[in-house]
Amino acid sequence: MFRNQYDTDVTTWSPAGRLFQVEYAMEAVKQGSAAIGLRSKTHVVLACVNKANSELSSHQKKIFKVDDHIGVAIAGLTADGRVLSRYMRSECINHSFNYESPLPVGRLVVQLADKAQVCTQRSWKRPFGVGLLVGGLDESGAHLYYNCPSGNYFEYQAFAIGSRSQAAKTYLERRFENFTDSSREDLIRDALIATRETLQGEKLRSSICTISVLGVGEPFHILDQETVQKLIDTFELVAEEEGPNAEPDADAGEGVAPDQGDVPDQSAAADQGVAPMDL
Amino acid sequence: MAGTGEIRSCSDGGLCKSAGKRLTTEFLSCIKCQVKLTKQQANWSPYDNGGSCVAVAGADYCVVAADTRMSSGYNILTRDYSKICKLADKCVMASSGFQADVKALQKLLAARHLIYQHQHNKQMSCPAMAQLLSNTLYYKRFFPYYSFNVLGGLDSEGKGCVFTYDAVGSYEKVGYSSQGSGSTLIMPFLDNQLKSPSPLLLPALDAVTPLSESEAVDLVKTVFASATERDIYTGDKLEIVIINAEGIRREYMELRKD
Repeated sequence: MFRNQYDTDVTTWSPAGRLFQVEYAMEAVKQGSAAIGLRSKTHVVLACVNKANSELSSHQKKIFKVDDHIGVAIAGLTADGRVLSRYMRSECINHSFNYESPLPVGRLVVQLADKAQVCTQRSWKRPFGVGLLVGGLDESGAHLYYNCPSGNYFEYQAFAIGSRSQAAKTYLERRFENFTDSSREDLIRDALIATRETLQGEKLRSSICTISVLGVGEPFHILDQETVQKLIDTFELVAEEEGPNAEPDADAGEGVAPDQGDVPDQSAAADQGVAPMDL
Repeated sequence: MAGTGEIRSCSDGGLCKSAGKRLTTEFLSCIKCQVKLTKQQANWSPYDNGGSCVAVAGADYCVVAADTRMSSGYNILTRDYSKICKLADKCVMASSGFQADVKALQKLLAARHLIYQHQHNKQMSCPAMAQLLSNTLYYKRFFPYYSFNVLGGLDSEGKGCVFTYDAVGSYEKVGYSSQGSGSTLIMPFLDNQLKSPSPLLLPALDAVTPLSESEAVDLVKTVFASATERDIYTGDKLEIVIINAEGIRREYMELRKD
């Protein structure tokens, strides 16, 4: 009822002790198209649904390489996300330059969170309208963090943000206990299935989703459309036979493994020919 | 020139007390400065780690080479130090001079290259890196990087290119070059073998050498073997980096250790 009186600027508290501008910023994240992240002990997979303004335009870039060992998927105001990605890249480069070692992910997300907090305590600024799923690898293993516009950050085994992300979260909640020991291929498959859940019936094609992988011995890179389409075809076939809610693991394991054994090699070879920060 | 009527000052420099005073001698500087000039003095600087670098451009390859000796004065610090740094996919830099400055320069360029890749989604071309290196060096015009560089690689068309620099960023695209302590011995030999028939010919002939890749590598090996003989700062081992359409590969050759 009193929301409208206390939501004009971010430096005004409501009587209930809330900052409405910050909460509105988090709403902006929910409006963006979905982004999903999951991690195992050794790999992190980030996936997102590509949203294009119109049929004629290209889709917005939502996954950014920050460094060889860190990638970020965003949801919300992609312009804010771009700016924050540039900041993250700059921090990684500076750290590498000064310390000759990769910036630990946990440090980066704290810096990011502090940057977001500043915008919640200045009357001439507004909070960032973007949620970031930061996936990275450092000496303590693979990590996935979610950075809020509020300046909070949390570590996750798997998470989804953006519109219709609840469907993906439901799927991930069912399966997340297995993720720690998942293989790279299973992790990617789970990411694709989670992405499909957010599409609510729309057919999953490589043109509407983007998948990125990083892990031990594998620098961050975005999988190219061909590879993604092959992966979709491999598991979609299985899913049609088994049904979307069944556990495809047992039977699919034997059928899927030989195909997917070939695909990672091809994707590795194909990726080496492409520019480092490829789409 | 000589003569008691002329007003001349000691040519040795501003600190001499005779500066501005009339000299009554035939010489161009006062006696005191002359004595200073003729006195024998050991003449090395701790800010020079020695070594030589060479780069040769071919039609579809580029050879960049440097010795691996790092010295300080008359001492050898190590026999196995690489002066060559890969800056981009098709761009390699060899630098002699003060290796601490070289290291700082390499780090800076690597960071700048990363930023470029983030912004442009592609690797830097060799000519672009050449300009960046020049700007980076001139940025410190008044406290220079004591680094004498040669940049070698393939341009956007896949042709070999070599850029040669001085310490403050003056650079030129050439077909071949050498820098470092042995450059005075190496450059005339390269001129003899690689210089185009006449620089006066119009249109200007391409600077890249018509030699094949293996011939160029052999030439470089010969050149270093010769430089090692007479330059005390050059020797131990030769590191050769060859850039061509397939990528970058490295070769090593032993040099005299004395």
